[in-house]
This record gives sequence, C-alpha cells and structure tokens, in this order.
Amino acid sequence: MTNGWVDIKNTDMMLIMGGNPAENHPCGFKWAIEAKRTRSAKLISVDPRFTRTSAVADLFCQIRAGTDIAFLGGVINYAIENNRIAKDYIINYTNAAFVVDGGFKLPADTDGVFSGFDAEKHNYDRASWNYSGGKQAPAAATSAGQPAAPPPLPPLPEKVEYDLTLQNPNCVFQLLKKHYSRYTPEMIERITGISKEQFIKAADMYTSIRKDGDMKKAGTIIYAVGWTQHSFGTQIIRTAAMLQLLLGNVGRAGGGVNALRGHSNIQGATDMAGLFDTLPGYLKVPTPADGSFDAWMKRATPTSSKPAPWESFNYWGNTPKFTVSFMKTMYGDAATKQNEWAYDYLPKVDRDYSWVNLWNNMYNGLIKGIFAFGMNGVAIGPDSKKNIDALKKTEFLVVGEIYPDETSEFWRSPGISQEEMKQIQTTVYRLPCAGFAEKDGSFTNSARWLLWKNAAVPTPGDCRLDQAVVAQIFLRVRALYKKDGGKFPDPILKLTWNYTDPNNPSLAEVLKELNGKALADLEDPATKTQIKAGQQLPGFAWLKDDGTTACGNWIYSGSFTEAGNQTARRDPSDPSNMGVHPGWGWSWPANRRVLYNRASCDVDGKPWDATRRQVWWNEGTQKWVGNDVPDFKADSNPKDHMGPFIMNPEGVGRIFAPLSAFADGPFPEYYEPFESPIQNPFHPERTHNPVVTELKTADDKYGTVKDFPVVCTTFRLTEHYHYWTKNNPMNVQLVPEPFIEMGAEMANDMGIRGGEKVKVSSARGEYIAKAMVTKRIKPMMIDGKKTYQIGIPFHWGYRGIAEDEGKTARMLVNALTPTIVDPNAHTPEFKGFLVKVEKV
Amino acid sequence: MSQATLRVQKMSGHAGSVPGQDAQREYTVCKLIDTTTCIGCKACEVACMEWNDLPFGETVFDNTYQTMPETRWNYWNLILFDEHEKEDGSLMWLMRKNQCMHCADPGCLAACPADGAIVQYTNGIVDFQQANCIGCGYCITGCPFDIPKMNPKTNRVFKCTLCADRVSESLEPACIKSCPTGCLHFGSKEDMLDIAQKRAKQLRDDYNFPQAGVYDPAGVGGTGVVYVLHDATKPELYGGLPSNPTIPWSVKLWKGPLKWLGNVAMVGGLLGLVVHYLRFGPKEREETIKEPHEGAEP
Repeated sequence: MTNGWVDIKNTDMMLIMGGNPAENHPCGFKWAIEAKRTRSAKLISVDPRFTRTSAVADLFCQIRAGTDIAFLGGVINYAIENNRIAKDYIINYTNAAFVVDGGFKLPADTDGVFSGFDAEKHNYDRASWNYSGGKQAPAAATSAGQPAAPPPLPPLPEKVEYDLTLQNPNCVFQLLKKHYSRYTPEMIERITGISKEQFIKAADMYTSIRKDGDMKKAGTIIYAVGWTQHSFGTQIIRTAAMLQLLLGNVGRAGGGVNALRGHSNIQGATDMAGLFDTLPGYLKVPTPADGSFDAWMKRATPTSSKPAPWESFNYWGNTPKFTVSFMKTMYGDAATKQNEWAYDYLPKVDRDYSWVNLWNNMYNGLIKGIFAFGMNGVAIGPDSKKNIDALKKTEFLVVGEIYPDETSEFWRSPGISQEEMKQIQTTVYRLPCAGFAEKDGSFTNSARWLLWKNAAVPTPGDCRLDQAVVAQIFLRVRALYKKDGGKFPDPILKLTWNYTDPNNPSLAEVLKELNGKALADLEDPATKTQIKAGQQLPGFAWLKDDGTTACGNWIYSGSFTEAGNQTARRDPSDPSNMGVHPGWGWSWPANRRVLYNRASCDVDGKPWDATRRQVWWNEGTQKWVGNDVPDFKADSNPKDHMGPFIMNPEGVGRIFAPLSAFADGPFPEYYEPFESPIQNPFHPERTHNPVVTELKTADDKYGTVKDFPVVCTTFRLTEHYHYWTKNNPMNVQLVPEPFIEMGAEMANDMGIRGGEKVKVSSARGEYIAKAMVTKRIKPMMIDGKKTYQIGIPFHWGYRGIAEDEGKTARMLVNALTPTIVDPNAHTPEFKGFLVKVEKV
Repeated sequence: MSQATLRVQKMSGHAGSVPGQDAQREYTVCKLIDTTTCIGCKACEVACMEWNDLPFGETVFDNTYQTMPETRWNYWNLILFDEHEKEDGSLMWLMRKNQCMHCADPGCLAACPADGAIVQYTNGIVDFQQANCIGCGYCITGCPFDIPKMNPKTNRVFKCTLCADRVSESLEPACIKSCPTGCLHFGSKEDMLDIAQKRAKQLRDDYNFPQAGVYDPAGVGGTGVVYVLHDATKPELYGGLPSNPTIPWSVKLWKGPLKWLGNVAMVGGLLGLVVHYLRFGPKEREETIKEPHEGAEP
C-alpha cells in the first residue's frame, strides 16, 4: 500500500476491484466502513461476482475476469474527456509534460504492439521507450562473453525535453490521451460485459472527486490478487497507478494505490527478498553479466533524469550505501573494500527462478529436492497435476508444517494407484513446525507496518520453530564444509551467525541485525550527532558505503534502535486524528504512514485540503513538517521544484514508464487472458500479451473457447483461510464443503439445481463439487455473444476433517488453472481461464 | 443461567411482586445491528459459540453462505443471507444477524408456565433459567421471532442470553466484541436508538435508501435488539423479520382473559384426581429402566 489500512477512513471514494476485502480482509475493511459512516464516502465494487464487498457498495459492476485494463483505461479516457484531472498535479508531479522519443509508437499504430517488438523472440527492444533529450550512447556492455546479458539499453537522458502546456503531440499526456481515446464505453461493454450505461455511472462516480479539477477530495483504489494473477497483472496495477496520478490521488490521505496482501506477513516476505530477483529492501540481485561489485552498482544505481530547472532527489542513488551495509551484515569482517565487499560470495542470478519455473525445472528432473516451509506447494501453484508429477521426480521432499498437508502427501493424491505409489521414490521428511500463535516475531502488514507479537503458547511435543530447523540445517552444512572443505566454502564458512543461541536464533536478534548498527564511531556533520561503534542505527540515513555500517535490510532500518524494538510499541494515540498513530508499531520507511506525501501539497507546499493536513512546508523553519513523517528531503524549498516521487530518477510519478521498467509496454494495453472466449476487439491478430509464452511440457495444455466456453475464476471465503482451516472444526462448521458458484440463469439453462453435483473441466484437469446457484452472477454479453462465468473457492484438497471422513470430493481447484505467467512479476494466471461445466 | 448481580424485574408463573423490584434504577441495555454495514463475516457466530462454550455441530451445504437454516438450541447467533433483486434490476445481498430480540414484552415469558424459568432483568435482558424449565415448549409458541429451541435430549430450551454473564460484569456481549466493522453496537436503549436514527437519516440523505429506518417493533413493547434496515418498510426481506410482531393470541388469551379458564380446568383436574383416587386407589409403581447417560449438556 502507498497508504495504509487506517488511512482508508480519510477517503471520499473507493474503487475496489481485483479484491474482496469485506470477505478476505474483514478487520481491515472496518476502515472502509468507517469512511462510509463518518464521511459518507462512496464505494464502487467491480468484480466477476457480486461479493460481500459488493453487498455494502454503492455501485456494483460485474466484470468479465481479466478485462480490468479495458475498464481502467476507459476510466482514464472518461477523466480526460470530462476534465476531471488534477492539472497542476500532473504537470508538476508526473511526467505528463515530458516529451517522448520520436521513435516510440503506440499499439494503435503498430498492429497491436508497441515499437520495438520482436515477433520471433516474443520480446521488445525497448530503446525507443525513452524520453527525448538529446541522444546518448548506449551504456557500455559490462562484461563481454557472458550468457543471458540483454543488449544494453540507452540511459535515460539527464536533461529531459518537456512542455508544460502539455500540447506537444509527443508529450506523455498527449500520447496517453491518444492511447486511451480508443477505450470508449462501447468498447468497454464489448470486452468487459459491463453495459455502457453502468460503466459511465461508475466512471462518473469515481472521477466525481475531481469535478472541474477541484483538488479537495481524495479517492483510493484498493486491490488484491484479482489484479496480480493475470498474464498482464502488473499492467493492471500500472493502469490503476496512472489513473491515480492523473486524478492527483497519490500521496494524499484517503488516496493511493493500495494492495491488500493475502497473508499476515506477505509484505514482510517480499521486503525480505522472498522474490528471486531482489535482495532485502528491493536491491537488485547481481547477475553473471555484472562481473564486479562496481559494475553491479553501476547497473543498479540510477542517475537523475529530469527537466533541467527541476530537482530530483533520486533516492536510489544511495544504492551502494544500502548494498555495502547489507554485505557487511552478511559477511562481517570478511567483506572488505579489497575483496569488493565479498561480491564473489553472493549467488548470481543467471535465469528466471520464479515459482512456475522452479516447478517446471522439477518436472523436467533438474531439481533434486525441495524444502517446503510455510506453504502447501502442490495446492497453491497452477496445474496441481503437473506439480504432483514434478514432486514424483524429486529425490527428497522436506515439509515443515503443523498439519499433514497435500504437499507432504502428494504420493497419495487422488488418482494415484497402489502400483503407481510403489514407483514413487521420493523420500518425504515431515517436520512438525510451529503455528503462528507459537512463534514470536514481527508481521509486516499490507500498510508496511511492522508489528511485533509474542508467542501465546509453547510449541507442543517435538515441534520446532522454523528458524531452529533452518539454523540446524545451516550449522550442519557448515560443519561439513569445515570438515571436508569443498569447491567454494567461504560463503558458508564466513556467513555471520552471531546469535546467542546459534541453534535457535532469537527473532529479536534477527530484527536487530536487519535494523543495522555502526561498525565504527560515526558523526553526522550537520547536527554533530554521534553514534558509537556497536550501537544500533537510528535509520537508513546513516548508512555508508565505506564499510562502517551494517544493515540487513535498509528499509527496516529504524525498526530496532538503541531505544529498543520499535515494532513492539503500542501507543494508540493519534494526535492529528488522521489515522497516523505514530507510536503504534513501526512502518517502513522511517515510520512514514503515507508514501510520497509531499504530493499532498500544492507546488508552494500548502496542503491541497486544509482539513486533511499530512505534511507542509514551514517557511519559518525552512523545513517540511507535519502529522506524518515527510517523505521528502526535509529542507528542500518548494521553490527548487524537487519532485515528490523521490524513488524515481525523474522525481515525478511515471504515467509513461520508460525503458526497462516493464517487459510489455510503457503504457498498459488491453490484452485478453491467455485462455479467452473472444479475440481482442482492439486488434484480433494480437489477442494475448505478446511477450507471454506458453510452457511446453506434456502437462502444459491450453484450452480454447470451442471446447471450454465458460470463463472461470477462483476465490477465497471469509470462513476459511487458504488450505489450513479445513483442519479446524469451527471453520468446517461454517462452510462444510467445496462448491462451485454459478448464476441462476446458467444453472437453469443446464438444468442444474443448487446442491447438485457438477463437474468443471479445463484443458488440464477436472473438479467436482456441489453447485451454489445464485443471482449474484449474471450471464454477460461479450463481443455480442452470451457468455457465462463461474467462480470456485479454493480452500479444499485431499487432507482435512471432511476430506478424511470421505465427505468431499478430495480435489484441488488448481487442477484446473493454467501455467502461464505475468512477464514482469512471474505471477500465474489463476483468474480468468476457460472451462466447461457439466452436470454429474 | 443464574446471575447474582442481575436483578429480576418480571418473572414467569409467579404470583405477587418480584422480590427487590424497583430498588434501584437501571439502564435498559440494547444491541444495535446496522444491517447496512454488516459484511456477513460470521465473527459474531464464532464468538457466540466460543464464549458460551457451545459444541461444534455438523452442517450441510444448502446452496447458501448461511451456516445453517435457523438457529439451534446450541447455535444462538446466526447471520441470515438473502439475495433480493430490486425493481431496477440491481441486486441486494442482505445479511441480518439473527438472535433473541430481548423484547420488552417477551412472548416467551408470557407463555411460560414454570415459576422462574424465564426472567427479565431490570436491564431488559430476557434470560432462560434451565433449572426451572419444565420442557413444555410453550415459550417456543410464544416467540414471534422463532428463537427459543429445545435440546431434544434434555427437554430444556435455550437461546441467546445477551451475554448476561458478561453484561453483569460491565462487558459488552461477545458478538459485539468480535464485530470487525462496527456494525454492532451495545449500550443503553436510548443511545442505541439515537445512533440508529442518525445512521438511518444518513442512509436517506447521503445514500440511495429513501426508506431506510430503524426496526424496534411496538407490538412486543420494543426490543432489546434494534436494527437499521435499508428499507424499513419491508423487514420481511431480511430473512423473514416480521413487520409487526406480536405475542400470539393463544398466549395472550391463555395468560390474560382466559386465565380463569385455566384455573377452572386446574381445579376440575384436581377434583377428577380425587375422584379417581377414591374410585381406583393408588397407582402401583413399576420398575423403571434409566436411560444411559448421554454426556454432559449445558
């Protein structure tokens, strides 16, 4: 979230799309209700099904799963056409006025792709996706002869050509306007199934906060995995971000682009490099092509690119400080300037190690074994059968869990015969681990707030904490390296492991390590504040690239200072009544609650809305001050025109995302889901995201509308949590068994009554459950053709109370879903695939 | 459920005044349920079961998100889900938390013949005292909301207590405590009505609900549970909430104008008994076989 849960109470308008917070985040949803109750805020729910969120919405639009870019592009078009945009904001705080390279072409002019498309390789040469500002030579190739090195892109121009009147036909605003002028209400109706009238109602309601450009009100966009899980998921979120920039909603209380995370600590997982292509704090991983620490830093550290008279803080310019401090935490004294901060110790990421590729490699016999902790691998990935087939080929599988789950019992999943079972040679180690109430540690919530929790109960029996299990494995591997040596023992032998109990590290000690400490006496030249060697750092502003600081994750710096564990703070007070609660837990970065909050003020530094003051420029002290921590250079006078989006080299928000930012386009273009019932009405010859490719194993099959005419999406229920709660009698009582949600008209057409069994099949597999026949899903007219849509909650499998008693079908919904991924985030397309439905 | 700190103001089947009546003024407590902000999350259902130590039961899929068709003797709090299509074709998914309404004029209490089996405390809570219950089931007939349910094994009737045990310790009921959206409120009847009316006005003025209003039916003297409804003219849409609930005529007659008839019948019965005894002598006792104990039940 750019903002936070509590901040939603400040909003005037909510667009909830690709998410169902009333059901999946009921506690956080209280703030949406609070906004309705105290501000009479409006709520628009756009969803393939009428959900419990829709039940409290002021307007509901039933959308065909996967057509969100068309809808949002239509709203952008509506906002521009009806002068409901934040003009001062976009001129000064976004790249709307930046002029784009003359070689750049939009899909309308290039057969449905952007300029630079290579049809053979399914990728783009993105050199033309750049600002105009004088040609510069491409950056020199860093290390010749290495594989997997993409051709170097030109850098962003240092001085960008711009036109503050927004009239230049090649400026970002004019290109945006041209691109989305095709997204007419008629087109939206053909693609999404939402009638023209209903769409206009929604677009009018959402953009009404910027009527005639008035800046007082704020609107928020709230989403979850209904947006991410598409073969163009990143671009859906981009479209939302662009709309929010256009309306001047980013950085504002009650505004923002707000991702609701689906687990209590999934934000923490990404912050801590749960993704293969980042290091903690979203530092870029080194690749074999880098060759040296300096070359890695040169590639990873942006330089500012802006209109000459403006300023750009370019905070990622500090990347070397964050990275050297990270290396010092990892390898301590073994990381020195002389050995390039132990650059050689770090693994170099040479290919795509994302989820789907891991399982694909396992399927192809390239992976010997897998450790599965805190996740139920065969259940959560697409195409369960393929995942089960993949596990059959491994030598070993280690599962740390609190229940016997589908992954650890893949060898007896439905459909495997006794004979076949005997052929499976995988050794499965099931380790009894600890549940959430048995562990301490911090959760990082969707709002980026780190909140410490204590263990409520001890682990039962022989159960161990996850970190104890991981520590023991590490210590034994290290002992082996010590004893026997090895090809390259240094990264293992020299890894810092200074915990009081090395066999069971305390998570408080780990958090201290993440926060970072001084390795030498430090002094801030401006304030003369001193920090002694060994002391915890107050925040990331102290980090150095000379090896005198250590910090495991720069964005968590400030969470565990000399003043103690900041994440354990529980002061509920909120002096500004803006939902800031500065003493409750601790949020990254630097305990800021709303990111980019400089943008909550006009160019002179005065809040757009005097009743919702977040930060402002204090002329007397010549400083930015406020109710929140200013997300800005504290002494930057508004006269200097420094951009509020300090993490971008431009200093401004990107309506146009240049160069390598995205694999599939600097503006989002509408493409159909990989399995779709129609050809793309914008460009039938370019129906799908052109950079997406299918996998080629025997298990990877893709269906067409001829055999599979129904659009299907998966979802969660309030009453269950993932694949866990089927083991809890309370949750089983609330919703006892799986079901398939289908519209009354469809059921009527097929002669299906509620409670009767139906079979849903896709090109990959089938799923049988009882029908939930409801008025909450209606048939849609898609490109003139009547189309049905169904939804299936995914909480069941082949282990659980009802499953073990033989009361349910013992199937995984992901037996249906396709292995096709977003090219930017590598997230599979769980939402919006094709199936057929039959009565059993 | 016996509550030493709660004082009784009405008593079933009890002649004369209630002991300690009017010794001290108390607020009438009230639960406010704003159906327009209920998200059907069922936290209140779970909290009710957990606080009251009710056992898990079996449920079956019934083409709905509703946990079970109606409340049970051991499931006192149930959200009712109703899909309602408006005239303009738009859909409403109505969710109403259903439980005992704690009527000011309780039909169950009026119908109950057992001394002290149903009491109403001075704070308005209507509570069943299972120790005094004779299992006749008249309270079930007397309730216009179809709330009291009998445990068929023990022949005792149960329902929501408004967490009388918590309220007597100055805690709000468990359902209120658990509600994530704040659609549930608890306080004095006066305060709850004030909040409810303001919310209904907001729904009429700022949202598209011209018929929004408060449900506090006069037919049972008002209720200790009041609802805010999107359309107060059609409470039936919300899982059959009666628009004008009253105590059934049979109960009114039986406890009112026709009470003398019962007395006559009782005297007649006693006379018959005496005649029977004089005519046939005492009954000879047969050995009874006790049924096996079926485990502890509340």
